[in-house]
Amino acid sequence: MHRHLLAAGLLTIATPALAETPVLTVLTYDSFTSEWGPGPAVEQAFEATCACDLRFVPAGDGAALLARVQLEGAASEADVVLGLDTSLTAAATATGLFAPHGKTPALNLPVEFADPNFLPFDWGWFAFVHDKTKVAEPPKNFEALAASDLKIVIQDPRSSTPGLGLLLWVKAAYGDRAPEIWQGLADNIVTVTPGWSEAYGLFLEGEADMVLSYTTSPAYHLLAESDDGKAAALFDEGHYLQIEVAGKLAATDQPQLADQFLDFMLTDAFQSVIPQTNWMYPAVTPAAGLPEGFDAFRPAKSLLLSPDEAQAARDAALAEWQTALAR
Amino acid sequence: MGRGWGWGGDKVNRARRLTGSPFALLLALVLMALVLAPLAAVGWRGAGTSLGPADWEAVRFSVTQAVLSAAFSTLLAVPVARALARRRFPGRGVLITLMGAPFLLPAVVAVLGLLAVFGRSGLLNTGLGALGLPTVSIYGLHGVVLAHVFLNLPLATRMILQGWLAIPAERIRLAQSLGFGPSETFRHLEAPMLREVLPGVALVILVICLTSFAVVLTLGGGPAATTIELAIYQAVRFEFDLGRAAGLAGVQLAVGGGAALAAWTLTRPAGFGAGLDRDLALATPPGWRRWGDIAALTLTTLFLALPLVAVLWRGLPGLSDLPASVLPAAGRSVLVAVISALLAATVALTLALAAARRPNALLEAAATLPLATSGLVLGTGLFLLIQPVAPPMTVALPVTILVNVALSLPYLYRILLPEARALRADYGRLADSLALTGWPRLRWLILPRLARPLGFGAGIAAALSMGDLGVIALFAGERQATLPLVVSQLTGAYRMEAAASAALILVTLSFALFWAFDAGGRRAAA
Repeated sequence: MHRHLLAAGLLTIATPALAETPVLTVLTYDSFTSEWGPGPAVEQAFEATCACDLRFVPAGDGAALLARVQLEGAASEADVVLGLDTSLTAAATATGLFAPHGKTPALNLPVEFADPNFLPFDWGWFAFVHDKTKVAEPPKNFEALAASDLKIVIQDPRSSTPGLGLLLWVKAAYGDRAPEIWQGLADNIVTVTPGWSEAYGLFLEGEADMVLSYTTSPAYHLLAESDDGKAAALFDEGHYLQIEVAGKLAATDQPQLADQFLDFMLTDAFQSVIPQTNWMYPAVTPAAGLPEGFDAFRPAKSLLLSPDEAQAARDAALAEWQTALAR
Repeated sequence: MGRGWGWGGDKVNRARRLTGSPFALLLALVLMALVLAPLAAVGWRGAGTSLGPADWEAVRFSVTQAVLSAAFSTLLAVPVARALARRRFPGRGVLITLMGAPFLLPAVVAVLGLLAVFGRSGLLNTGLGALGLPTVSIYGLHGVVLAHVFLNLPLATRMILQGWLAIPAERIRLAQSLGFGPSETFRHLEAPMLREVLPGVALVILVICLTSFAVVLTLGGGPAATTIELAIYQAVRFEFDLGRAAGLAGVQLAVGGGAALAAWTLTRPAGFGAGLDRDLALATPPGWRRWGDIAALTLTTLFLALPLVAVLWRGLPGLSDLPASVLPAAGRSVLVAVISALLAATVALTLALAAARRPNALLEAAATLPLATSGLVLGTGLFLLIQPVAPPMTVALPVTILVNVALSLPYLYRILLPEARALRADYGRLADSLALTGWPRLRWLILPRLARPLGFGAGIAAALSMGDLGVIALFAGERQATLPLVVSQLTGAYRMEAAASAALILVTLSFALFWAFDAGGRRAAA
């Protein structure tokens, strides 16, 4: 008797789920899905066009995302993974879990970008951010920074994607001279934090003069806090790029919907949300242009290792970094 | 052998040992499985284990900082606990309750609080600068140890204070009538008590610090300060080398297990015997000892309170402007914390009563190992085990509760065990001869006599469960965020002010839960 009731109950719960509109599951990093991130606006805009239910599943940060995809393997419920960056895409491609997208969209990136499996949705330049009142003459390059007595906070390349980005930045700019640069920087580094938020928090508390972040960070303070006191130091050796990408999983049960989402990702409805929620440059500049502050700090030169180069350089660069800083 | 379990011979006891233990042993086995099965699942998915020189360097550093942190926290806590035990002053109760607070802070919040005092632009260095003195840097091994002492000294003080309060008044009166001075009192009453309590306290702190991650990395100053947990992070997230992750987690467990074994061998029951629960304060020696107590209490209060005030100060401005998701997240966190605390208290009581009846290495290991597990490996392993059965998102909260119970159990067990032993030694035979067993024994003997440590322990468990974030991050779905997760999302989106306020709410709620359980326990005991 009770069992029948239970079965009936389960059926009533299950039936609407079966008849429901198709569900597209997008695995992404935490801050994308939060109520102040791009997630809610993107979800609303896409659901208005797709006759589907778009669900974001948060999975830590960019690096945790790739680990999650590998943990789940082909059994994953996710259809699209959004939020990897180009220092991770070689490893992501090697898993064989991603499917080619077959698209050649026009993009507004400072470098040529084409990857058969991944489409960019936003990007940014890494940069050292400082307070204009405290650092009047910001250094013009890593060597000047190393020679100065400015104190910096950076992120650990073993646990954070900006940290890894800095490692590749120094490698791309200085090649074999990278260990020398790191040795020079050693006495400038106050500490190395596990992630971006700890480093940025320490900087805002006055623990360091500069922090590794993005050229767009001052725009956050300008637009969200009406504070134009923050600036990004422009380095003449160029700035390393972080390009954030999304890809379709080969095992998806909604391939068409996934394709539709990737197309939607590069339209105005998605791209115009990015600047003031993710605080990055949109991959396709929206018709209305960029918000105030996004043109304030534009490096003349962009640096980027290809995914394969980044993958190949990482272990040696990490060892150099550890040796130079482990005094 | 020769452990002084003089009561253990008669038939009644033997019979109870046989009937009472299987359930506790089963619980212990379940706990061991909860710790070891995820580790095995991770190792099994990985392809072999090979740890490199960098990994062993991380092991060395982890152990060094953990041993130093445990030693300083425990040794510094002894004079503080003694001063609290023998002095009466206005605000003493408040101070004892506030002792719970630092321990409950999420690591990142605690670090920012400490930096407001000891950081480059903190109070200390501003003061030194104003006096024209050279500034000091908190970054490095000493900073890591300082932060760990800040977080754990209060816990150690509370645990040792319980020991002092458990010395029966009759023994103190006897000591006084024999004309014992402070040094004889120490030798005959305090030293045996410390011998029983300190190894357990040091063990718990050593093992907590062994797995510490954000504190060590943020204050460590650079890659020289690399812990096992960071190496595991790197292995899982950037290399997806699950074999190496499991290997590292295994080493961490082995170190924790070794420490547990050492503490177990060093612990000696004090054997004071039962008293009549008369209230009698310890002697309050005058002269330099009085000034010593005052200094210990003042310095500790300043050391603990200043960073806490900084946390409060940073959190207040953003309170009016918090995002809407904070409220439901807070509700979820409180629910998880209360359920976790009640479950953990039940399990810990069962294990501690069984262990008091008869020391057992399996119980000891099961109650200690969860502390030494890597949060990331535990979460990853559970994910691997659960994913084939159910979508991980659907079990996020039950899994979080389960993990919280396992992770907070060691604290509860350590807090309960000395008192459960004393209870057994003092009242076990009487209760047996009265055939007081089962529910009546629990209701009329065990619960009233253990209410104080149970309340304190459940409070710790509740607060810990509020702060735990490691596991939910892997399982949480779109609308299941707990408060710690919201705090971390806010800090990840530049919103440091809102994050500080959400963290203040987290700390306040943790503290309120801790206080409710702790005060409840004290009231029930009174």
